[in-house]
Amino acid sequence: MSQPIIEINNISKKYRIAHQQEKYVTLRDILTNVIRKPFRFIRSKVSKNVAKEDFWALKDISFTVDKGEAMGIIGPNGAGKTTLLKILSRITPPTAGKIKLRGRTASLLEVGTGFHPELTGRENIFLNGAILGMSKTEIKKKFDEIVSFSGIKKFLDTPVKRYSSGMFVRLAFSVAAHLEPEILLIDEVLAVGDAEFQKKCLGKMDDITKKSGRTILFVSHNMAAVQNLCNRCIFLDQGRIKMIGETRKVIEKYLSTSSVGASKRILKDYKQDNSRIKILSIELKNGIQNKFCVSWAQPIEMIIEIEVKERVKQVSFAVGVSTIENVPVFTVHHNDHGERLWNLDKGRYRIRVSIDNLLRAGLYNITLGAHSLTRKNILCYLPKVAQLEVSDITINGKKYLYQNPGLINIRATWALI
Amino acid sequence: MRQLTIIKPRKGLSTLSLKEIWNYKGLLYFFTWRDLKVRYKQTAIGILWALFQPFIAMIVFSIFFGGLAKMPSDNIPYPIFVYVGLLFWQFFSVSLSQASSSLVNNKEIITKVYFPRLILPISSILTNFIDFLIASSILIGLMFYYHYVPNLAGLIILPLLLLITFLIAIGLGLFLAAVNVKYRDVRYALPFFIQMMLFVTPVIYPTSILKSYSWILALNPMTGVIETARAAVFGNAHINWDLLLISGVICLLLFIFGLIYFRKTEGYFADVI
Repeated sequence: MSQPIIEINNISKKYRIAHQQEKYVTLRDILTNVIRKPFRFIRSKVSKNVAKEDFWALKDISFTVDKGEAMGIIGPNGAGKTTLLKILSRITPPTAGKIKLRGRTASLLEVGTGFHPELTGRENIFLNGAILGMSKTEIKKKFDEIVSFSGIKKFLDTPVKRYSSGMFVRLAFSVAAHLEPEILLIDEVLAVGDAEFQKKCLGKMDDITKKSGRTILFVSHNMAAVQNLCNRCIFLDQGRIKMIGETRKVIEKYLSTSSVGASKRILKDYKQDNSRIKILSIELKNGIQNKFCVSWAQPIEMIIEIEVKERVKQVSFAVGVSTIENVPVFTVHHNDHGERLWNLDKGRYRIRVSIDNLLRAGLYNITLGAHSLTRKNILCYLPKVAQLEVSDITINGKKYLYQNPGLINIRATWALI
Repeated sequence: MRQLTIIKPRKGLSTLSLKEIWNYKGLLYFFTWRDLKVRYKQTAIGILWALFQPFIAMIVFSIFFGGLAKMPSDNIPYPIFVYVGLLFWQFFSVSLSQASSSLVNNKEIITKVYFPRLILPISSILTNFIDFLIASSILIGLMFYYHYVPNLAGLIILPLLLLITFLIAIGLGLFLAAVNVKYRDVRYALPFFIQMMLFVTPVIYPTSILKSYSWILALNPMTGVIETARAAVFGNAHINWDLLLISGVICLLLFIFGLIYFRKTEGYFADVI
């Protein structure tokens, strides 16, 4: 038992990326070439005039994982997280290095791998289970459990092609959640599915590690999930390990380096023909992993770019936030505390707004609006211009209080008198 | 029981682990089962298509080649003569084309899960074997109709013929499937190749029409299979053992070649597919 269950030694993976040298040739040139030098033409098509460059997706990765540990792997896109999982699950071989896996391994790089749309839910449970590495008897044994976990018993004999995407994901997850390998490799699969079901799956996975002593390697962009599930974590960047250690510290390091940055939504398709003021883009300055996602512990800092089509006077600008169920949580106007109203000439402007964040973790809709006090008319009103995610991840040591239900976080002063 | 897996870079030919394939027999079963299930889903007559296709082909060939073109058939009624050829030919050609596209068609699975890739082409051929068995029932009907009693010694050789057909299809299929991963040209070249092959295989004619040049046909391993099958089923001629031996040797060479090529390229399927 003293030996680690996963032992990774100096793993590297090289890809060759081709840079096709674009040459514009006419069809006539091609045809004469084919006729005059047919073999050279074929050979050139197959190999030549392509400049190849080596790209190291992973470089000298070494670490070990002990039995019963849940190890998180985080990092920006293209850091090599998925490549690492693909090597561990033997889908692709490494270019150098050696890995020892001491146990039955299953990988979950995608939910519903091999699901066939023509087959029924029942048939797909068997097929998918077999693809994920379960034996027929094992699937039979767990069949009822899988079905009740998925909650789609009624549609078990319906072809999967008639399922809604939600049902599909539920069924696929349920099969995956009942895998019982000694080592489980999971890639970003929780990005789909509704929030409640995601929680159920995370709970199930947590059970797997804590109760049954299984080992999990978990790649995710969902910091909260990583934090909940994993005790140790690896921060990968450009194919190298930047940091390895306690999850909380690694996530903080990751967030403090490159990951918090602007996330811009350009409102190209949003219908706003009648507006006198047009919103061009809305940008979250402190988005986590450059997504429209902010930590609950940080203010919402936005830059809104607008285009004024004709001169407007005495403008008041407003931002509103409502829940996904359309319950308004708050609205703020730029002149709430007697600030000067804006007189805007035709042209483009940028508005910066920083909003105190009391929101509980979850998804919210942002509404933007502006009205003129002189003419008492609305210049623009744009409900749901962007969806804001408030994440429950810990930043600078402040712990999110999961036990408090409600819409907002608020501080209170208590005393026993 | 602790299972130890060692992952290393692939260098050259790694030894083929039969044990590993055996461990994945469940998956082989499920892939075959899936292909069978899916093949005739949402069709009105379902598996009867496996009967219809060779049956209609037999009728059309009998009318045009047997009836109108007066193709010789070694004194055997043309429908039953051509049906034996068609039966093996269909098994071979459909197996080959499905094995060749088996990897590309299961791209999503290959890039997401590990299993011995050999399973995919093998299962696609097993699926066709079921069709072969179903279509064979027509042959039995035809033999009753034309009062042919199969020669018993001949029937014993049928499994060998099936094995040879399987090895030719899997040998070529493994090679083409691996090539198809990188160059999708296979998708266009193969149907044409199979169509041409039909004419250099004695399906609609007997080898005897080539007179002294019939040895050329022997280089095509399917020739030995189909000629032997006819001799075995009708019992009107002796089995040409030389011909069968040539088929056997060629099929083994094809199989070894296909297997080696497949194993050599296998590791990188997920990267280039």
